[in-house]
Amino acid sequence: MFFQQLVNGVTLGATYALIALGYTMVYGIIQLINFAHGEVYMIGAFVGLIMVAVYKVNFFIALLAAMAVCIPLAVLIERVAYRPLRNSTRLAPLISALGVSIFLQTLVTLIKGDPNPLGFPHVIQDTVYALGPVKFSLIQVVILIVASLLMVFLEITVKYTKIGKAMRATSEDYETANLMGINVNHVVSFTFAAGAALAAAGGVLVGMYFNSINPFMGVTVGLKSFCAAVVGGIGSIPGAMLGGLLLGIAEVFGVAAGFDTYKEAISFGLLIIILLFRPTGLLGHPIQRKV
Amino acid sequence: MLLAVENLHVSYGGIRALKGISFEVEEGKIVALIGANGAGKSTTLRTICGLVRAQSGRIEYKGTVVNKVPPYKIVGMGISMVPEGRRVFTRLTVLENLEMGAYSRGSSQEAKESLANVFKRFPRLQERKSQLAGTLSGGEQQMLAMGRALMSRPQLLLMDEPSMGLAPMLVEEIFSIIREINNSGTTILLVEQNAHMALSVAGSAYVLETGEIALSGPAAEMADNPEVRKCYLGE
Repeated sequence: MFFQQLVNGVTLGATYALIALGYTMVYGIIQLINFAHGEVYMIGAFVGLIMVAVYKVNFFIALLAAMAVCIPLAVLIERVAYRPLRNSTRLAPLISALGVSIFLQTLVTLIKGDPNPLGFPHVIQDTVYALGPVKFSLIQVVILIVASLLMVFLEITVKYTKIGKAMRATSEDYETANLMGINVNHVVSFTFAAGAALAAAGGVLVGMYFNSINPFMGVTVGLKSFCAAVVGGIGSIPGAMLGGLLLGIAEVFGVAAGFDTYKEAISFGLLIIILLFRPTGLLGHPIQRKV
Repeated sequence: MLLAVENLHVSYGGIRALKGISFEVEEGKIVALIGANGAGKSTTLRTICGLVRAQSGRIEYKGTVVNKVPPYKIVGMGISMVPEGRRVFTRLTVLENLEMGAYSRGSSQEAKESLANVFKRFPRLQERKSQLAGTLSGGEQQMLAMGRALMSRPQLLLMDEPSMGLAPMLVEEIFSIIREINNSGTTILLVEQNAHMALSVAGSAYVLETGEIALSGPAAEMADNPEVRKCYLGE
């Protein structure tokens, strides 16, 4: 029972982690809470659905298509809605992000014709594997493998590639990164692109897992993933992964303990407790004030 | 003239930081910009490397006006900066910091050669290359900031307060490295509050006072100027 819930929690948490990474990376570079990130995830889910339902492609093609749509979308959002506000007060891009978020929810509702949820075709069979008393459905296995691969890929990119090092340098000191010859606008675009690719994958995976998507699915999940990023330590990539997993596990155990209606209260309560003891998050850097 | 600054005006948020300064940096020389806190020394360097936009006036580098060139392109033109307070990337390793310095250099072959040169000049950085830069001592961080700036093989090196916060013995060491860098052919524009050290290495010097050039001339003459001695050399 315990291990079964743990498996379910980790699966859910892996999807939160994928989305939380986008929040944390963008915050790390330009200190913006990108409230439109949840909508990028939602659009990823819709693109995935269209691909499997209309074009009858397999799951992996749908995943790639969702990324292929969401990457330019996120880069465009940054160009149009955030970059012109880069040097204004910090509140301005935040409001702009909220605007983009509402715009995208409404746009998808309009195109779809109504705000009702849509089911996801069963592109992955309902096979269940048993490991002793613990059962894994094929879709859970797929989520865990895809999420892990994407996170490993991200970690390698950030750690070893030229653009990844430039990302880390920019996130620590924007101005000095500029002095090194790093075109920080490219770094920012790349960061949005990377976050969007992960969120798009998250959207398709969640759509298949819960078999239901709607134009407002990005709101709650976005908020939870953002909290996961904060709990892990906003700006920290491993922090977002850890925060996502913790949140997923807390939520699943809350439900299993019979507090279904209170599942959000339980997970957010946990977050508050963690933040009370570690205000910068579990793996966050201590706040340094520049003089 | 490698660098010519003409009638440069800079304001931030209503404060006039530079009120029409003009000066020149001759190729191969060390030029010092001295003055008190808030005189506009750092602003001058930050404007040259594009971090701050000039209101009016011109900055000419190798005959090209560079006023409106964004900072990330300035490095590629051969101007490199050692920022005030070192500003090393503390969460990157020493080696990664140096790699960032060579970011504008396209070929990895050139970057390798630059790295070998920097390690030759700063053997301590080689010993610590896998360490996070945040774990280095202040003097080592200053060396890293200098090494990082040299990675792009600049023709003009801008240095903002390289002696700040360092023990006297380290200050001596840093200044002897500055002399060495200059001897190997790099022109240096040096901003310092430590006027004594700055005048001892520079060929010529300018004194900035509240956004204006108050005095200028060969460094040796400046060091003998009674006014300079009184205001900046503590006599």
